[in-house]
Amino acid sequence: MMPLYRLLLHLYPASFRNEYAGEMCAVFARRLRDTSAPGLPALWIGVFFEVLFNAAAVHLDILRQDLRYTARALRRTPGFAATAVLVVALGVGANTAAFSLADQVLLRPLPFPHPEQLVKLWEAVPGYSHMELSPANFEDWKRMNHSFAAMGVYTDFAMNLAGQGEPERLDVTLVDSELLPMLGAQPLLGHLFTAADNRDGASGTALLSYGLWQRRFGGDREILGRQILLNDEKYAVIGVMPRTFYFPNRDSQVWTPFRPSAQSYVDRNDNWWLAVGRLRPGVTLAQASSDMAVVTAQLERQYPKELEKTYAYLSLLRDDVSTQSRLLLYALVGAAVCVLLIACTNLANLLLVRALVREKELAVRTAIGAGRERLVRQLTTESLVLASMGGGLGVVAAAFTVPLLSRLVPNGLPVEQASALDWRVLLFAGVLTALTGMIFGVAPAWRVCRKADLTALREGARAGSGKKERLRSALVMAEVAASVVLLVSTGLLLRALWKLQGNDPGFRTEGVLTLRTALPNPKYDSTALRASFYNRVLGDVRRLPGVTDAGYITGLPMVMGGGIWPVEVGEHVVQRNAAHTASMRFVTPGFLSAMRIPLRTGRDVSDGDTLDRPFAAVVSASFAERYWPHQDPLGRHFKMAFSDRTVVGVVGDIRVRGMENSSEPQVYFPYRQLQDGSFQYYAPKDLVVRTVGDSGALLPAIQRIVRAADGQQPVSDVRTLADIVEASTASRAIEVRVLAAFAAIAFLLAAVGIHGVLAFAVSSRAREIGVRMALGARRGDIVRMVVLRGALLAVAGVVPGVALAWYAGKAMEALLAGVKPYDTTTFLAAAGLSVAMTLLGCLLPAWRAARVDPMTAMRLD
Amino acid sequence: MPPQPATLLPLPSATFHILMALASEDRHGYAIIQDVELRTGGALRLSAGTLYRSIQRMLEQGLLVETNERPAPELDDERRRYYRITAFGTSVARAEARRLNELVTMARASGFAPEKA
Repeated sequence: MMPLYRLLLHLYPASFRNEYAGEMCAVFARRLRDTSAPGLPALWIGVFFEVLFNAAAVHLDILRQDLRYTARALRRTPGFAATAVLVVALGVGANTAAFSLADQVLLRPLPFPHPEQLVKLWEAVPGYSHMELSPANFEDWKRMNHSFAAMGVYTDFAMNLAGQGEPERLDVTLVDSELLPMLGAQPLLGHLFTAADNRDGASGTALLSYGLWQRRFGGDREILGRQILLNDEKYAVIGVMPRTFYFPNRDSQVWTPFRPSAQSYVDRNDNWWLAVGRLRPGVTLAQASSDMAVVTAQLERQYPKELEKTYAYLSLLRDDVSTQSRLLLYALVGAAVCVLLIACTNLANLLLVRALVREKELAVRTAIGAGRERLVRQLTTESLVLASMGGGLGVVAAAFTVPLLSRLVPNGLPVEQASALDWRVLLFAGVLTALTGMIFGVAPAWRVCRKADLTALREGARAGSGKKERLRSALVMAEVAASVVLLVSTGLLLRALWKLQGNDPGFRTEGVLTLRTALPNPKYDSTALRASFYNRVLGDVRRLPGVTDAGYITGLPMVMGGGIWPVEVGEHVVQRNAAHTASMRFVTPGFLSAMRIPLRTGRDVSDGDTLDRPFAAVVSASFAERYWPHQDPLGRHFKMAFSDRTVVGVVGDIRVRGMENSSEPQVYFPYRQLQDGSFQYYAPKDLVVRTVGDSGALLPAIQRIVRAADGQQPVSDVRTLADIVEASTASRAIEVRVLAAFAAIAFLLAAVGIHGVLAFAVSSRAREIGVRMALGARRGDIVRMVVLRGALLAVAGVVPGVALAWYAGKAMEALLAGVKPYDTTTFLAAAGLSVAMTLLGCLLPAWRAARVDPMTAMRLD
Repeated sequence: MPPQPATLLPLPSATFHILMALASEDRHGYAIIQDVELRTGGALRLSAGTLYRSIQRMLEQGLLVETNERPAPELDDERRRYYRITAFGTSVARAEARRLNELVTMARASGFAPEKA
């Protein structure tokens, strides 16, 4: 019986047990003796709960005591407390922010049932690995494969919502009737699409997003069956999707069926459907890929011309994030971990120094009877308190910064916007804080307590034996190394950013306003109608004061990346190969000059280029160079988009795909040669207005002009051209800023670390310094000694740091836009900064050492 | 400055009972339990945990001291620790008694007269 009771007593803290276990056992033995056999079970149950309750109470008492003691101790050393809290806050804050961003993209499963079965399918040809599917190919893939339980398609679209209130441009997703059920989506109200809704000639049906339903229709539950006007066509609302349903991304506000006509299935190279499949249970991605290889090979034999070298490329829907976004996030997480490591080593250093300084106090407490367990517990409480305060501050900081960084989360996934404070992030921050406090707080405490005996009392003021100095020096070296890695990575990315921003987009951005008036079909399904709209708007806009040029285009560079068509010249066979494609746009006269895309030879498109005239084309210099090197391209013919075209002008190349990527050659066709009823997708919709002076001030006037031309026509996507160009490198710019902030933090912390070690060394060696000076050492010698020590620490950190930085640079080479990962300038700059950091850290200790008064120092003990 | 008795009031009932048990003589733990049980007619039987938790706290608060004087060796058990009330402990107990008395007076004035046995 008694051993069991003794075991129960282990629930009490050791200090309490050591003190009272004997007495308590005696009391319990008496009680056992007084209890008869039938009363025993009740006694044990009672005792069990009694011990549970009292042990918890004693623990709480001790905690309260330790907290009081901690509060007193920290109030006595506010500088230390503030530094430690700040250090932890930086580490935890940086990592919480990085985690909450990375979590969205890299960790969290998609919010659909069995998300691991969802696969995105692409057509791949030489030069293009991620192409949409043509409707005909999709149907064949779906029919011929053996790996997928279901396949669905969608495409992003935009439509004008008219009717109640201001007309509005909405992001719409066209879907087939299989897509949403395959994802496992359930509507909040109403029902999903049926196969009948998806047929050619079916009347329009629509599902609304929760956001649109609330915003535009006030959450009216009577919405079902109501008709809404999209692009002037009536759509019956058949349902509302739940608040947390996003597909394909957060922008989509309406879903409506494709209703493809037989015509849609004719051209096998008309790639515009995005396909998602759900794997059959047990089928792996690799198995599905090889299955699809068989399917595409079979199709290639069947259609050797259209489907030459056309393969299927499969990836998990989860991984449908660009390599660049992913790498940026990895870099961010890596940098955050660096900051955390530096913060932790700094905290460990701070606590170690503090513990050493308090060695005497701890020894005294041991001498008067405090058990080692109590001391460790006290020190643990202290470091946990510091860590929690820092962690709390860090989470608050992260909560403020995450919204600023949310652009680093690509909007390509059906996930919610990053929120800093959901439970996963809080849990992460909590665990991180606890680990920081425990590992880097308890270890030093334990080390000190192990020898907190009377030797410390005898040792005199000279705290810090050689062994601990070595440990602290190693910590500082680690800090220096990590900060070098961060400095170099930041430097490399900064150079890459500068390089990209220095690229010539091929047009001039100053003073250009852009906006979109996408003309809806079937209302504008006629070249003449569209032309009269453009001419009215352009004519009025050009008359506005300050406007120098204005023009329309199918889609702005860096906004519209698609519209890539194969080109046939003379003997060339049609191949959807990057070597034979160009980006195709329809423009009004004035667009090229409004963009300041230089006309090299020939002429701009003109109002005279009508459907009854030969089809004209203005091509970019690289296009002319590709097909007619060193020859006059004017008057040459090529075939593109089913028609023969004649080159009438050559202009400079522009970066259609953004500052980061290379672009296909460009061709511009006259807007009046866009045939009625076809190529509606290519009807010009983006207006470009060049002004002298403030382009933003013109917006109200332009909106009035558009309203006068068509009262139902919404104006959307108002941006300056400069913003568009900037946006194409924005995520990179943010990343560089974040990394720079991290590097600055690391730099500061490492300087603090070096300073801490040297300051402590100087103060603990004051007597030695005093003796040296008494023996004739000059102040200069002493300063040199201290600085040399600091320089040694720095070099010992810089060397492994440079090696690690080289690896980090290699790992993110894809992000560097051609900047070499061993870029000498960057490495030299980082090394130089590290030297500066060392000197900074040495400054105060060296000054203090030089001011040691030999007499005082020697009398210290 | 020594702590004021009032800062510890109201006392937890176990604490007050332990002080009362030690009012007349020094006792060891089990004797305290027995005394409390006897005084309350069996209504309150302190558990070992409650007793020593209270004692630990009372030692820290300065209400008790552990005493080195032992009774005659034949009555003593080597293992036992004896506790003695301090002057501060006495004044805290008095203050608590006064507080309770005032409370009872007020209760009476409100018509909550305890029924006489």
